[in-house]
Amino acid sequence: MRHAWFLLSTLTWGCASGAARPAAPAGPAPAPAQAQAPAKAASSETSSVDRPQYPSTYQRHPNPPVVIRNATIMTAAGQEIPGGSIVLKDGRIVAVGAKVEAPAGAVVVDGTGKYVTPGLVDEHSHLGVYAAPGTDAESDGNEATNPVTAEVWAEHSFWPQDPQIPLAIAGGITTIQALPGSANLIGGRSAILKLIPARTVQEMKLPGARYGLKMACGENPKRVYGQKGGPSTRMGNMAGYRGAFIQAEGYRRKWDKWNKDHQGDPPDRNLKLETLAEVLRGDIYVQNHCYRADEMTHMLDLGREFGFPIRSFHHAVEAYKVRDLLAAAGTGAAVWADWWGFKEEAMDGIKENAALLQEAGVRLNIHSDSPSGIQRLNQEAAKAMYAGSRAGIPVTRDQALRWITANPAWALGLDSLIGTLEPGKMADVVVWSGDPFSVYTKAVQVYNDGWLVYDRGDAARQPRTDFELGQVPPPGSDR
Amino acid sequence: MIALLLAQTIAITGGTVYPVAGPKVANATVLIRDGKIVAVGAGVPVPPDATRIDAQGKWVTPGLIDGAGQVGLVEIGAVAGTREGSVRDDTIAAAFNVAEGINPASVLIPVTRIEGITTVLATPTGNLVSGQAALIDLDGATIEQMLVKSPAGVVLNASETGKDYAGGSRAALADRVRRVFRDALEYERRRADFNRAQIRPLSASAADLEALLPVLHGQEPLIAYANRRSDIETALRLAREFKLKLVLAGAQEAWQIAGEIARAGVPALVEPLDNIPSYDALGVRYENAALLAKAGVKVALMETDTHNSRNLRQEAGNAVAYGMSWEQALRAVTLSPAEIFGVADRYGSLEPGKVANVVVWSGDPFEFTSGVEHVLIRGKEISLRSRQTELLERYRKLPAKY
Repeated sequence: MRHAWFLLSTLTWGCASGAARPAAPAGPAPAPAQAQAPAKAASSETSSVDRPQYPSTYQRHPNPPVVIRNATIMTAAGQEIPGGSIVLKDGRIVAVGAKVEAPAGAVVVDGTGKYVTPGLVDEHSHLGVYAAPGTDAESDGNEATNPVTAEVWAEHSFWPQDPQIPLAIAGGITTIQALPGSANLIGGRSAILKLIPARTVQEMKLPGARYGLKMACGENPKRVYGQKGGPSTRMGNMAGYRGAFIQAEGYRRKWDKWNKDHQGDPPDRNLKLETLAEVLRGDIYVQNHCYRADEMTHMLDLGREFGFPIRSFHHAVEAYKVRDLLAAAGTGAAVWADWWGFKEEAMDGIKENAALLQEAGVRLNIHSDSPSGIQRLNQEAAKAMYAGSRAGIPVTRDQALRWITANPAWALGLDSLIGTLEPGKMADVVVWSGDPFSVYTKAVQVYNDGWLVYDRGDAARQPRTDFELGQVPPPGSDR
Repeated sequence: MIALLLAQTIAITGGTVYPVAGPKVANATVLIRDGKIVAVGAGVPVPPDATRIDAQGKWVTPGLIDGAGQVGLVEIGAVAGTREGSVRDDTIAAAFNVAEGINPASVLIPVTRIEGITTVLATPTGNLVSGQAALIDLDGATIEQMLVKSPAGVVLNASETGKDYAGGSRAALADRVRRVFRDALEYERRRADFNRAQIRPLSASAADLEALLPVLHGQEPLIAYANRRSDIETALRLAREFKLKLVLAGAQEAWQIAGEIARAGVPALVEPLDNIPSYDALGVRYENAALLAKAGVKVALMETDTHNSRNLRQEAGNAVAYGMSWEQALRAVTLSPAEIFGVADRYGSLEPGKVANVVVWSGDPFEFTSGVEHVLIRGKEISLRSRQTELLERYRKLPAKY
């Protein structure tokens, strides 16, 4: 299979591009631009900062209660229950276990021979921002006009009719972080999305999810800006991040003061600094594309200088070399099972990276960065798990499942909501034809917030985008 | 010393052997001498001087063949200085044979072979006629030692990217190819006139026209990368007009005309995990390999991601998940590519007389739970080490020792 970087080679060489998107913070009330207060009527008395900032319009799709019986339930919370059952109702998991009570009117799914897992979460996707069919017209992931574009939001590039979306849904993905690309030092805000068919991106935004900020180390910004005024070196990259956050510190001070005393005119809004100030306040997570171990340690230092943690290093092919430092910093890592060698900073990728990180206590996840790989995150996790086992670094099935469910949910700050099969969690659930770590297994049903969004056995439950109509043969077609 | 090495006898005993040429044999022995397979089966006597490899509980298959990629021709994808797979400013690069660009010291070679891929097609890329591909074994100190067959075919880029070298239209691409083929035949008829410059200008250099003659005489395959159904049909049309031995590659929409391809006796190299629609192939789908095989097309599977050529077995497993039989998929990564590249007399199955490229797996080679236990290339057991295993050793315990 080909890498996304290959398709995107002009700007991204390898994953390069990821975009992140915005979300309304779940944490403390954010300051200026993210006010969560009810929208005030537009009037001369208010200004843009007081009004809603691109809110989610997500609504749960109705679905009758479902009970899946006699399946192997892999909870990603420590248990693998043979002959188990799970009950979904009103968008929540209400019961999991060997014996459960089915609510009245529940649809009963025979899970004999099947496996059930949480919906998969991809912490690093460019679906929608680098949409198929991959033309320049749809290349919306890198605002490669300035090395610092904290002001852009991936959701404003995201195309809900990207025909790659249904393919990822059929692979069991229920939540993604759609990121800007990695051309820029600071690429913009990510979008945390429920992966469902929708007319608008607002309908996909997971309510309450924090935005991420895409940052990128290493070769990509150097390559893109080396002949365009810089940075052209890794030290130039570092100076670029520092300069931006120094500006943001001043901006944050002004706004914090004004928010407190409301003396005089409010400071001018600056979209770029507004996002960076949210990072300084801890309301936006830093999602950092970074391959080389030594650069990761510079970025941890940068976080210490400005008082924010790096939530996770993405691609992180050399994370195994500094796994102790990542564990101590509480920083996660998003890695591939086996990508390597497509560029110099990817030369030291090894298949045991994930297992070594697990052993060291790093919260890692397996990400795709690819419209192809996102369709089989379960297979990529399987490869990484067995690579570890064969090298004498044991990884449990539950841990490997967490790499594509609970751990990416944590990296997005959503682990109390999604990522495991436990009562009270959102009913994001995949039914698999067999063991999800087998190459021969496929997702047969995907529930997103309780909604049966995909059913391999029912053509009416296999969503197709507008793009595909009249162009791409439907599944099973002989056209 | 050399004589001693060549005289080595190896017996892989007790495994379940998948010879591909026939049904699997339980508790079987594969006997290897002087780099060749001499016997396969249950009850094969093991000579006392043989080195034994115990394969009890293991699966034994031929080494896998990846009919794609640039293993040996590229070290780092983004570093041009390490790429040897294409030439600039040469639209019809038929005379460009990649063989002398191969780096036997490439770190990709051990990374790839220790996961069971023993033979790959080093494939030229770019341009309209990309060049001549070389089939190589992933062992050998020199290029000569690695070569299995060179050239193994001439590569034509008849996909969307190819038309850029023909003025930007698919119609111009077909026309350009036809003119080049005709000129090659004219050049052959009138070499003397050509040398005296008594012939109209031809549409490619003499060396390139010369290099196309084996293709035009059906002695070498034309490996045509084409994805859109109409492009595949163009390739089939050209093959009929010029009586070519055509091999389709990519072939993403081939499933739509699988019957026609089967009737034409044209084989196809396909990548099962291709399914992202582009304007080059809006009809791309996972079931392509299975639908072609079902229609009777000879299918070989490929993994085009050079650095992860080792994922050929994942491609094969997914081909099974989407409708190929397991046996078809194994053949599609062993004997079928050997047949397509014209080396089935020496490669692709475990039979007496064949080159001893053999892999012992802990289980089903397509499953993630399985790993490689032994790899033999030309009867020599390969050390299961690579730059990556060395990195792991260095960093297995921290602090690393430098």
